[in-house]
Amino acid sequence: MAETRFTVNGVERVVDMDPNTPLLWVLREQLKLTGTKFGCGIAQCGACTIHLDGAPVRSCSTPLAVAEGAELTTIEGVTDADGTQHPVQEAWITHQVPQCGYCQSGQIMSAVALLRDNPDPTDADIDAAMSGNICRCGAYGRIRAAIKTAASA
Amino acid sequence: MGKWTRRGFIAAGVVSGGVLMVGVGIREGHRAPKLAEMMTSEGETLVNVWVKLAPDNTITAIVPHSEMGQGVFTSMTQMLADEMDADWETVTFEQAPAHEAYANYPLGREFLMGDTKVPGLVQDSLNGGFLRIAQSMGLQITGGSTAVRFTGMGGMRIAGAAAREMIVKAASKTWNVPARELRTANSYVHHDASGRSEPYARFAEQAGTYAPPTQPKLKTPEQFTLMGQSLPRFDIPAKTDGTAEFGIDVDLPGMKYAAVIGPPVLGAETVSVDDTYARDMPGIIKVLDNGTFVAVVADSYWQAENAVRQLDVSWSETGAETLNQSDIFAQLRRAIETAGDKGKEDVATGNVRKAEASAARIYEAEYSVPFLAHAAMEPLNATAWVRDGKVDLWSGLQNPLAVRDEIAAATGSKKHDVTVHNVLLGGGFGRRSNADYPLMAVEIAKDFDHPVKMIWSREQDTQQDWYRPASVSRFRAGLDAEGMPLSWDNLFTQKHDPPEASHIPYQIDNQLIHYAHVDHHVRFGPWRSVDHTQHGFFIESFVDELADQAGLDGYEYRRKLLADAPRYLNVLDAAAKAAKWGRTVPEGHGLGIALVDSFGTVVAQVVEVDVTGPEPRVVHVWCAADPGFAMNPDGFTAQIESGIIYGLTAALYGNITIEDGAVVQSNFHDYPMLRMHEAPQISVEIINSGAKVGGGGEPGTPPIAPALANAVFAATGIRVRSQPIANFKQGLS
Repeated sequence: MAETRFTVNGVERVVDMDPNTPLLWVLREQLKLTGTKFGCGIAQCGACTIHLDGAPVRSCSTPLAVAEGAELTTIEGVTDADGTQHPVQEAWITHQVPQCGYCQSGQIMSAVALLRDNPDPTDADIDAAMSGNICRCGAYGRIRAAIKTAASA
Repeated sequence: MGKWTRRGFIAAGVVSGGVLMVGVGIREGHRAPKLAEMMTSEGETLVNVWVKLAPDNTITAIVPHSEMGQGVFTSMTQMLADEMDADWETVTFEQAPAHEAYANYPLGREFLMGDTKVPGLVQDSLNGGFLRIAQSMGLQITGGSTAVRFTGMGGMRIAGAAAREMIVKAASKTWNVPARELRTANSYVHHDASGRSEPYARFAEQAGTYAPPTQPKLKTPEQFTLMGQSLPRFDIPAKTDGTAEFGIDVDLPGMKYAAVIGPPVLGAETVSVDDTYARDMPGIIKVLDNGTFVAVVADSYWQAENAVRQLDVSWSETGAETLNQSDIFAQLRRAIETAGDKGKEDVATGNVRKAEASAARIYEAEYSVPFLAHAAMEPLNATAWVRDGKVDLWSGLQNPLAVRDEIAAATGSKKHDVTVHNVLLGGGFGRRSNADYPLMAVEIAKDFDHPVKMIWSREQDTQQDWYRPASVSRFRAGLDAEGMPLSWDNLFTQKHDPPEASHIPYQIDNQLIHYAHVDHHVRFGPWRSVDHTQHGFFIESFVDELADQAGLDGYEYRRKLLADAPRYLNVLDAAAKAAKWGRTVPEGHGLGIALVDSFGTVVAQVVEVDVTGPEPRVVHVWCAADPGFAMNPDGFTAQIESGIIYGLTAALYGNITIEDGAVVQSNFHDYPMLRMHEAPQISVEIINSGAKVGGGGEPGTPPIAPALANAVFAATGIRVRSQPIANFKQGLS
């Protein structure tokens, strides 16, 4: 056990847990931020994607210790405090992207990170940024279209 | 209590507070796919639908299906609201707490009525039969693409139409004007002659005193205002901000977490569990040897999962430990050899042997498919709380009623002491129609007075599945001098559901379709489109071979065989046209076509494949689909797109193999999924032919594998007769 300090969606947090605990489970069970999903546990599916100091990471395979002093953003932090949705979320609704919806938190976190670094991504850029996120409902075409809509927003 | 048809009943009444309730119960006479053995009355499906009209004029549709991505809450509500002429802006839905409301009589009444006093009439109508029917036939399966087809067409629309008729009748009496002078729109009744307009709720009390109409008049398609519209789905906003609650997100006071391990060889039982190391790991509360699985309960899931991985479990020998993939396929082929000319009969028309004797030549081929896992994104999970003789279960389930019954049976509880809270499913695809995982959660939670959330690792999810069966199919066609089929002999293994999956859409006079079955320990489960997934590949690939034998392309050959089937022909033509069939494709590309009629929807797909790389890459899929009528066209399109990607993933990569009796694959690194960079462009054209309404969730899946295999043939001349197709070059020598 050890204290780890970091911020999540702008809020300071201190947790006293095994520093090897994957951030995924700290967020879900300790901090009750269940929007971040468990899919595979081995960084293969992207359902658990969050931002750590702005970069997309797979929280299922990122130990708590790594978060010391870091700024984390989860899907719950993508919506503004006043409830305003991010252009990516709006585009997701416009294109009716989600089906079962389980992978979508991770998809959105990857897309938000992509557009922040690259406001006008090509198809190849989208392939590169989004291929780590599996969608078993096969919403890839709509995800691609929504990213392009969000880019032009 | 009104009699609607021999198979349907309408019940209605107003409860105190002025809430009008109208409900419909249907015994659907269709051959519903037997999705799981838990279905108690094969061949019949009960759908129950209720609509509530509240005093503030809001309308609530109570939807008896699970949401697993197919948009069912929206499409069901859409159908009801249209028939009711309801204001879409003020219509909402509730998911029926199925087990309580629909299968248990006293609790059902409690749900519907709350604590309110039940007026005599309603009491009579409820007591009179509706809920009794529900009780005796409690089924509520989401699967088999049934929602729109049965619940929607037979329940939602009728409930809406009945409610509207009763309201109009009440307005007619209240205003003392003929009903024919009344008009309804946006949850209002209008009498244009006198300029009167009142909200529906104004007439609820009066309407509730009438016996429901026995035969409510349904709209014709040109009268639809909401059906056929691409209305945005209710469930989508919550799926973009992390607030949608799936089974895995359930959080209860004092809840602990369980991780599990099942037998590597399915069916084995524990002989011993060495937890020397695991039990002293941090956070561990208990190690449970259930006999059929072992669970570790801990303060957190990660602690539980880590401890499970440190267990040393020895499992009993079942006899399957020596079985490998090749043995299972050898068994399947042996069963076919043994059956010879006489498998169990499926279809027999004309005289195949006689036709073969007069044929110019005989053409034969053998196909196979491997086992497949479902791999829903949300690993299986369930949360159970067992206390004071009662069981509460939270889980994403395709068949909550059956799970309720199985829990009651397994725990010796009365059914009304078991409450199943169904939440969003992170994918189902057939896997979540099985009761194994909720029962495991209950078994674990029995030992505690606090709730326990059991989560399967991805490895367990992959290795403890109920699998799409590995299967072999042999064809033998008698061809005339032009290469057209005089006879069709198809002998295959492993027949499940739906029964018509092995039937062909083509006009061939002499047909013998028969099968053999092999029992083995790799348990069967319904997998998106069930038997259609393999038969689509078998049949549509073999037809393509026959086309080649006749020197025709696959499209032209099918057209000849479908000359008397205008609906099929229309769909086939639409897909071919969209793909510009017959055009010159780039070097290393090929076009392939396939047509499958499943779950009442006819789908044709054309694939353009690029084989210049190490693995085939699908560039574009053109799909034409005729569901009769698409209730929510964009939602239907999304389902078809989804079915294509799901089927394409399986066709390219899907391969669960058995080694020493155990499933070899464990996670997405060795059971790969199609990803963004591999996803083809998909173009879907909907054909509203007016035929009986078909399903949407499954029919997109069956044609994609054969369309791909046929495209590979067009590009390379290599006939792919097995899957996964990504490996097709490896088999060359």
